[in-house]
Amino acid sequence: MSSFDSLRDPDKCKAVLKLIEEAMQGQTLRFMEVCGTHTVALFRSGVHSLLPKSVVHLTGPGCPVCVTHDSEVAAYLELAKRDDVIIATFGDLMRVPGPGGGSLKKAQAEGARIEVVYSPFDALAVAKNNPGDKIVFLGIGFETTAPTVAATVRLAKEQGLSNFFVMPFHKLVPPALDALLSDPAMAIEGFMLPGHVSAIIGLEPYRPLAEKYGIPAVVAGFEPLDLLQAILLMAEMKRQGKPRVINNYKRVVADEGNPKARAILYEVYKPGDALWRGIGTIPGSGLVMSDAYKPFDAFDALGVELKECKPLPGCRCGEVLKGIMPPNQCPLFAKACTPATPIGPCMVSTEGSCAAYHKYQLDLSPGK
Amino acid sequence: MCLAVPMEVKHIDGDVADVEIGGVRKQIRLDLIADRPQVGEYVIIHAGFAIRTLNKEEAMETIKIFQEGWNLELI
Repeated sequence: MSSFDSLRDPDKCKAVLKLIEEAMQGQTLRFMEVCGTHTVALFRSGVHSLLPKSVVHLTGPGCPVCVTHDSEVAAYLELAKRDDVIIATFGDLMRVPGPGGGSLKKAQAEGARIEVVYSPFDALAVAKNNPGDKIVFLGIGFETTAPTVAATVRLAKEQGLSNFFVMPFHKLVPPALDALLSDPAMAIEGFMLPGHVSAIIGLEPYRPLAEKYGIPAVVAGFEPLDLLQAILLMAEMKRQGKPRVINNYKRVVADEGNPKARAILYEVYKPGDALWRGIGTIPGSGLVMSDAYKPFDAFDALGVELKECKPLPGCRCGEVLKGIMPPNQCPLFAKACTPATPIGPCMVSTEGSCAAYHKYQLDLSPGK
Repeated sequence: MCLAVPMEVKHIDGDVADVEIGGVRKQIRLDLIADRPQVGEYVIIHAGFAIRTLNKEEAMETIKIFQEGWNLELI
């Protein structure tokens, strides 16, 4: 697509960078992104390293694999041991370490039946092909992924499949942002809002954050120019003292989001509490099966429960996810914990902050 | 896993479409979008489902903000 080329044009990027420098005169901007794809895009494009020192980039809890809680990992690993269960999952979860050091990959090596799928829809075929087994799809992901799982559950009901279940581990972004902002230690001064989550939820859910906490927030795309424009808009709003939510990714995100996807989402699910790695329970930040779809709830139908479990020893993913600790400050970073031998989920996932820091060999002092 | 990519619609059959990018062809579902794309339009795909038809007019609106606010020629 030719329009993408102009979003990578070095001269245009330099022009926006110059405007950021001008807008930053006499002020600071500690902005947080909350999308794993933004994390990677900021590093890979070099934008992170080009920003003036007064702009501090914090990585937030935007990697769906990373925010999946130890208790959730323990629950699906327990289920994977059952003879009558086939786990269907996105590949991202395969290497995530559980509290006892296990993982889906290890479970598979020990004989557990696990199918990696590209789409939740593909898990329906697994259910049809294995009528004598219970197929459990691991429903991770934010508001972008949750509707794809909801649409799949709906199809399962339409097709009368009684051996397909979902473990709803989904997380909702706005309540997490609210939780982060209500912690004064965070000192966040701007949010780069996720592009594809916003394509579903629209701008409305973010508006209370801008109004309640006075934080400028910009929905951003993933090209270098998208990222720079979002930072410029945040800096400019802060300078003018006019915090609001701006949609700078209109080629993909409609201000009203995607009402049809939301209707399907809230037909199958209803809001509930959710556990976040490093943060704990955030009220109303998760999704549970609605009454009409209860038979598809793996927790209910298969008698699984979330249990308290010990956190991974030494792993500081929780603090990394909250933006309190840069990955290279974790004592395990690049020593015991590397992409080849990951200890925590932020190093396992390609979208995790630790993996991104490691891959791009950043020489980062705290706060930059 | 939150990577969503724009792909060109090649063929539509009910709730299923064939889409393509850079020679890679995929079959995806259209359950989640109200604005049905035409063949030749682009959709954003996430986990096997189209989540949004790309909108050039709205994209131009953003570009206008930068042209008017900072005199930046982005096209």
